[in-house]
Amino acid sequence: MSKQIITSEEYVYDVQGLNLWYGSDQALNDINMKINKNEVTAIIGPSGCGKSTFIKTLNRMIENIPIVKTSGEILYHGKNIFDKSVRVEELRTTVGMVFQKPNPFPKSIFENVVYGPKIHGIKDKQVLMEICETSLKSAALWTEVKDRLHDNAYGLSGGQQQRLCIARCLAVQPDVILMDEPTSALDPIATAKIEELINRLKSEYTIAIVTHSMQQAGRISDKTAFFLMGELIEYDGTEIIFSNPRDKRTEDYITGRFG
Amino acid sequence: MMNYEIELTSKEADKAYKIDINKKRIDHRILLNNIAKKAFFSSMIFALIVLGLLLYRIGVQSIGWIDLQFLTGKLSISPEKAGIFGAIIGTVGLICVVIPVTLVIGVSTAIYLEEYATQGKISGFIKVNLSNLASVPSVIFGLLGLSLFGRFFNLGSSILAGGLTLSLLVLPIVVVSSQEAIKAVPGFLREASNGMGADKWTTIKKVVLPVALPGILTGAILAISRAIGETAPLVVLGIPTLIMRVPKSFMDDFTTLPIQIYYWTLDTVLTPEYANLAAATIVVLLVTLFLMNSVAIFIRNKYQRGF
Repeated sequence: MSKQIITSEEYVYDVQGLNLWYGSDQALNDINMKINKNEVTAIIGPSGCGKSTFIKTLNRMIENIPIVKTSGEILYHGKNIFDKSVRVEELRTTVGMVFQKPNPFPKSIFENVVYGPKIHGIKDKQVLMEICETSLKSAALWTEVKDRLHDNAYGLSGGQQQRLCIARCLAVQPDVILMDEPTSALDPIATAKIEELINRLKSEYTIAIVTHSMQQAGRISDKTAFFLMGELIEYDGTEIIFSNPRDKRTEDYITGRFG
Repeated sequence: MMNYEIELTSKEADKAYKIDINKKRIDHRILLNNIAKKAFFSSMIFALIVLGLLLYRIGVQSIGWIDLQFLTGKLSISPEKAGIFGAIIGTVGLICVVIPVTLVIGVSTAIYLEEYATQGKISGFIKVNLSNLASVPSVIFGLLGLSLFGRFFNLGSSILAGGLTLSLLVLPIVVVSSQEAIKAVPGFLREASNGMGADKWTTIKKVVLPVALPGILTGAILAISRAIGETAPLVVLGIPTLIMRVPKSFMDDFTTLPIQIYYWTLDTVLTPEYANLAAATIVVLLVTLFLMNSVAIFIRNKYQRGF
């Protein structure tokens, strides 16, 4: 018994037999995988393979599309997130998300960072200011914006906006951070900054990241999952996936034969 | 099966067609552009001339007639003593009823239809009919107001009855324009808020509405201005054209500036000075509308923050 408890603490997510349909099109087919705590899990695969769909299922964001149907279980800390007693608002508070395109609110930098804490009931100005500072520092943005916290967030560059979105996500004190191709809209320098940030964040957070770039997966992740046409083809340590994949299709994708 | 091979075919000879630079055609396009520009410019000038003529005519006719006595005095048979204080109060009273009623009900309806209702046949049907409702003649809304507010709720021809009737008249416009404004709020902002565990109402309150507000106000300005300028539904409701008392509450009988204008223009044959009084009243009505609109535009600009 005690052994089981220990193993269940090592991973945050346990996906069991997950299927997902958009209307009658099946987008995910019998996915089984565990996402480990305090690790970066990269999800790679060609366009349309279901990787974004999968990551958006982890915080049930996918349900915003009305025609989506799912079956199977996703256990988050041992509890099925599709269970009727689970409220998405609660789930999404502990599972944060960073999106493909930077999506700050058209408010000030400060208001963006404290949005989450505010909706969760923190009103004290002093506390909010502290949250703002620590979150921006964790997102490596503080020194760049500390003198213009009350300027509109849309005055920042694309890379800064994305780090602001990460800071905003951190301010809610999530347990897991889901990232859906967070650097696809950014230039190489901004990308490098975000990657460095992800490396630092994994000591405190569990991160799942969808990426189009295999090099990125190789640089930042501990584990890599390769998706193809809605199926999880291979899931293993990143080094193994990149040096010695078991499946022919993974090898073809990694070596650039398609994708 | 999954081989996406990129074919590189860019040899000159392989091109299926060639873009050649034809000077004549380019000249022709530039000419067309200039013609279009001039046509659009003259349309704008035409609108400005019409507005200018209107303002000039009523300006000239009202010169010397707008004074403190006119603004604060009561209605009178003799043109020199006539004042429109009662009508000003009536119009302001109407504004006070129409603005909260249309904004609250209109924006709430739009929020429900855009954010909560499942997009299907029923909500599609409702949306089409709202647009239809927006084009129903105002007299018909007057009849509805008469039977519903005047008779059934026994409000008679009070400011409240008039305001509610006018609210019904412009409600469809407010709903449709608010829907468009809400629809224009980018989905990624809602996603960002939902992604942090915000429920739908928090997201609407803190993200959607502030972003949609400029658009909502643009529609509301047009709609409420229209309501204030209406006479037909009020006439049907039985608003007395001649009233000497200044209304003291929302339950009192009243008259409005447009009705006062109507009343005076009818009698210009017998008393030519009534034309000047009408012109002076038009100026007051326009100033009232401008004041109201500038407040709305001020609020709109305050919230209009760039992306």
